[in-house]
This record gives sequence, C-alpha cells and structure tokens, in this order.
Amino acid sequence: MANMAVAVGGTEAPPPRRAGRNWVPYALLVPGLLFLAFFYAAPMVTLGSQSLQEGNVYDGYILTGNVGIYPETLSEYWPHLFRSLGYAASATFFGLILAYPLAYYMAQKAGRWKNIMLILVIAPFFTSFLIRTLAWRIILSDGGVVSDVVQASGFDHVLNFMGLTQGDTLLNSKFAVIAGLTYNFLPFMILPLFAALDRLDPRLMEAARDLYASGWQTFRRVIWPLSLPGVVAGTLLTFIPAAGDYINSRLLGNTQTVMIGQVIDSLFLRVLDFPKAAALSFILLVMIVALVGFYVRKAGTEELV
Amino acid sequence: MSSTPDLNNLAFRAALGRGLVSRRAAMLGFAGLGVAALSACGSEGRGGNAGTGDGSAAPAATQEDLSDSEKVVNWSNWPEYIDVDDDGERPSLVAFTAATGITVNYTEDYNDNDEFYAKVRPLLEAGEDTGRDTWCSTDWMVARLIRQGYLQELNYDNIPNADNLVDSLKDVEFDSGRKFSLPWQSGFAGIAWNPASTGGKAIESIDQLLNDPALKGRVTLLTEMRDTVGLVLLDLGKDITSFTAEDFDEAIAVIQDAKDRGQLLGFTGNDYTQSLASGDIAACIAWTGDVVQLQYDNPDLGYALPEKGCTLWSDNWVIPAMAKHKKNAELLINHYFDPAVMAEAAAWINYIPPVKGTDEALMEIDPEIAGNELILPSDEVLSRAHVFRGLTDQEETDFTAKFQAIVVG
Repeated sequence: MANMAVAVGGTEAPPPRRAGRNWVPYALLVPGLLFLAFFYAAPMVTLGSQSLQEGNVYDGYILTGNVGIYPETLSEYWPHLFRSLGYAASATFFGLILAYPLAYYMAQKAGRWKNIMLILVIAPFFTSFLIRTLAWRIILSDGGVVSDVVQASGFDHVLNFMGLTQGDTLLNSKFAVIAGLTYNFLPFMILPLFAALDRLDPRLMEAARDLYASGWQTFRRVIWPLSLPGVVAGTLLTFIPAAGDYINSRLLGNTQTVMIGQVIDSLFLRVLDFPKAAALSFILLVMIVALVGFYVRKAGTEELV
Repeated sequence: MSSTPDLNNLAFRAALGRGLVSRRAAMLGFAGLGVAALSACGSEGRGGNAGTGDGSAAPAATQEDLSDSEKVVNWSNWPEYIDVDDDGERPSLVAFTAATGITVNYTEDYNDNDEFYAKVRPLLEAGEDTGRDTWCSTDWMVARLIRQGYLQELNYDNIPNADNLVDSLKDVEFDSGRKFSLPWQSGFAGIAWNPASTGGKAIESIDQLLNDPALKGRVTLLTEMRDTVGLVLLDLGKDITSFTAEDFDEAIAVIQDAKDRGQLLGFTGNDYTQSLASGDIAACIAWTGDVVQLQYDNPDLGYALPEKGCTLWSDNWVIPAMAKHKKNAELLINHYFDPAVMAEAAAWINYIPPVKGTDEALMEIDPEIAGNELILPSDEVLSRAHVFRGLTDQEETDFTAKFQAIVVG
C-alpha cells in the first residue's frame, strides 16, 4: 500500500514554497560580482581617470579632463598599435594552421594516445612563459640547428624577401617575434579546437562519404562548419593576449619590432607619464574590443565553446 | 649595476595600472563607479623643489626604532651582488650575524631602479613602512628619493667605519656631506666586444660603435639613460657634469641616427651578457662587473673605457622613511665599511669597492683580482671616469621621455 500512499500524497496541494529561496543564486553571485567590481570596474575607472589627469609624479596629478591626450597619443603611437595588431593577427593565423591538423588528429585519430597527446600540449605550461621565450633565443641563435637548416634550404632568402629578417640572422627580427608569439599561444588555439573536434560525430563524416563527398568537400561542408565555435574561441584566445604581449618583442625583437605593450611599460615605469600610459592602454582596449566585436558578429557566436 | 628588466615581476606590472592612483581614490572609485569618483581621483605627489640638492623636501617620516628589541635588518639588493660560497651561504653576512647577533633578511628584489621605485613609491607616498630597512639605489635614484623626502639621515655614530670611504666619493653632488647615502659598489660603463663577431677588430670609441658598418645590426646600448647618453655626450666632447639641454638633444640625435641606419640591435639591461658571449651581439655598451664575470669564461672578450671618457656610477645604501630597524641597518653598513669584509665581498662581486684599504686586503685574498684595472682602477683610469650630473624634476621628465622615445620608437 506504500505506492498508494505516495500516489495519494501526490494529489495533495504542493507544500508551500519556502519564502525567499530565490536569494541563493544571487548570494552565490556576490563573490564574483565583488571580484569584478574590485579588480575590473574600479581599476577601469581609475585608469580612465588617470588618463584625463595632468601633472607629474613629483607634484601629483590633478583631474583636468584633458581629452586631447587621446588623439595626441594615437598620432604618436599608431605605428606601434598597428604593428602589434598585425603581429597578433599573423601569430593567430599561423597558430590556426599549425593547430587545426593537430587538434583534428588528437580528437579523431589518436585513439588511446589522446590523453597523452593532450598532456603533451599542456606540458609547456609547467614552465614559465619567460623561460619558454628565452629558450627561443637559443633555438634561433646563429649557428644553431634551425638557423643552419633555414640557410641550407634557402628559406632565409624567402624570409629576407618578405622583410621578416635582415641578413642571415633569424634572431632579433620580425620573424622571431611572430614565431615566439605563435609558439607561446599555440596551446590556447589547440585546446578549444580539440574540444570542438572531439565532439564531432564520426558518423557524420561517414555519411558525407556515403553521399560521395570528396575529402575536401567533407572538410569544407561538414568538419569546418562544425568546428567553427572552436576556431572562434581559439583565435580570440590567441589574438587578444598576443596583441598586448611585450615579452616576445622585447626578448626576440629589435628596435624596429617594438609592440604596444612595451611602449605602455616604458611610459608607466620609466617615463612615469601615467596619463599617456593610461590613455594608450585604453586605446588598445577599445581597438581590441572593436575588432573582436566585429569578428564575433561575422563569425557568429551561437555555439561558442 | 644599473638596470635589468624585471622579468620576474610580471604580475606586479600587470597590477600596476590599479596601483597608480591613491588608495583613497581607488576606494571612492569602487563606491561610486562613476563621475563622482572620477573627479576625486588624483594623487598628491611629494614635491620637493626643483633643485637637485640636499633634501629640501619635507623630512622623511619615521617610526620608533625597534632595533634593540628586534635583532633583524631587512636589506633589498640587486641580484648576484654579494659574496656567495659553495654552500649558498653569504660569508660576509654570516660574519655580521656572528658579530652582532643581528639576522639579515637579504632579498634580491632590486632588479631595476625604475621598477623598484614603482614598487615602493605608493608606500612611501602614503607614509607607510616599505618592509625594508635599507636598499642600494643608483646615484640618480638616490637623488630622486632625497628630493622627495623619502630617506632618513644616517646616524654616523653607528657607522664609525664610514671614515674608510674613498675620498672621491665623500662629497657627491646629489647628497652633499653624504647625509643620506653611502656607496655600496661603483662601476664604469664602457664598450665591450666579442672579437669572434667583429672579425677580431677592437671597438674602442662610441663613434666607432655607432658608425662602423662592420657592426651593423649587432650593437646594443643600455636602457640606462645616464650611461648610454652619458657616453655619447662624452664622445661629442661634452662635459657630463655640466651639459645643457641642447647638448642632450645633440646626443639623442646621434643615437636616433644610428638607430635609423639599422646599426642598433636594441637596448638592454643586464641581459646583454648572454648574447655578447654567444656573439649575437658584436659590441655593446656594458658594465665593468658583467664583463669581468664574462671574461672568466671567455678571456677573448674585449673591454674598453673610451679615451674620451666613460661614466662612473655607484649604488648607494639608503635608509627609507618608516624603516623599523634603522640602527641595525647602520650597523650593517658599518660592517661593510671594514676593508677586510669589503674585500671578501668585492672578490666575488667584481665591481669597484668604495672602501679604502680594500686593495691591500684583496691582495691577500686574491692577487689576480687585485691586479684587475676594472676592479681596482688606477688613477689614470679614474681620471677618465665622470659622473652624470643630477637632473631637476623637469629635466628628468623631459630627458627620460626623449630617451625612451628612441628606446621604444
């Protein structure tokens, strides 16, 4: 008769809802919101305020609403801004080309090696970003294996022709900076791509074959569209930090490859021109947000990972 | 030692943006998150007058000296700037602790003058303890700290050994009478080259460094403005103890020209050492101590102090405002002004010790080092070395902006 009792119970009016139980999700939100307010919103306001102040570090700063600093800063540093965005875009492009086949193989073909390969992709993170970048100085230095191979194959002429290097050294060139950026942010490209391709149902590809699609058509019409969320996430995760990076250009570049992060660093720490540095930070932020906004709109975000 | 990129401290740099405005303003920013907060922002600064002289700003804030009850002293110093034995102990510090019972918390967190300043300035400005009782700043940074009233006067009753200070450093322009600072080590900036990359050629003048086509694209200069611009000024025949703004602009134009011609590979802190040793850099402006160190591994490396003059700098002990263990710090300084102790440290550091009698003591420990002109320079060498003059606040701002415009141009 226990069943009966339950059934009977079920027909009674539901117990009254505990009053105010809806506050729980909000309470859980509080730490996150506080974090955002303290470490995101407040610094944004102070940075914005800083950019509109005038004065110097010795006598203090006064808020004067000096909006003119924005066009002034922009006209002074636009080459650095565009250079940074260009390098970041190149690194993103090369990263995608390198990462896509790798991620596809890991997700679809690697079988029981999948986890080991994933660990190998993540393993470099156990070493400091700096050490990894410094290692590139050794990899690319004169007389190293890479340098020898590039020269023996004649690829150095191609690099020279493209203006990526000068003379026969690989180090301290555009090439080195872009290579460093590509390498350092590659895992950020691989992981979202892997996540997207891992969910790809192999039966869809079989179906494509059954319908007489060639390998290229299968990729073009089935695999690529289904992996788009991973592509969008990966390119964003690579492009955004790469655009603001200043370690690669500092350690691997020369005086002609200075990126915007280095300029901001120098303005903040050495010139002590805080308003200009703050203004430049904001300009960079706005440019990246605008670019990313445009890109996401174009690419669509329905299924972002 | 003057500059190393502080690469260990990226988190700090990233956080810098929010540390730039006073805490009060940041709190208001949080509360208001709007226009009200915007208008309340601004930091007060700590203006000395425009002079370069003798502590004309308000006196440094102090707090009760706990030296007698707490037997510790916190010393921040540059990396690899003290003697270390095979066990990783620092013998000269061990000796100090044995003699006085005072423990030294030795921290190597002074990588770069500008960066260290950015780190402690907010605390000093707010009148708070920096957690450090002493550190070693380069001359111009000492000048700035004095100007802003962030340093405490030394009590020479606790530093009787200060009498051993070499005469040439007894009275310096930025701290007349050495009221606030005492030198820890000195050094020259000159030209270093790797003969394997220069084709065996010696690079002995700045003119050659910046113009020799054989070096194209393989020359680095220092991010330390006073050394790089100082050497160029000397090469132009200017007196760096009394140059004018026009002279400075002239030197900047020379560097800009070299950069535009593609002569320069870049501007570096201490990080030129590895590239110089490997030959990626053919020739560069370099600090004596670094080169002495490199020459142990590669005796072929060349080093020249240009005929037309080289720069001389010192890193100086200072005691910041609100330091908790001032007397202990003074006793520590006193310890190192004993020639025997300084010799022990100098034998390891390879820079120029500023203490009289160190040469005799060094002769006993390590005659080879004692014979090195870069560590114990002769009078002839010293006569070529000059100290970059002190700058006013305004000059410092203008000159740094012009120089940095080339560095990151």
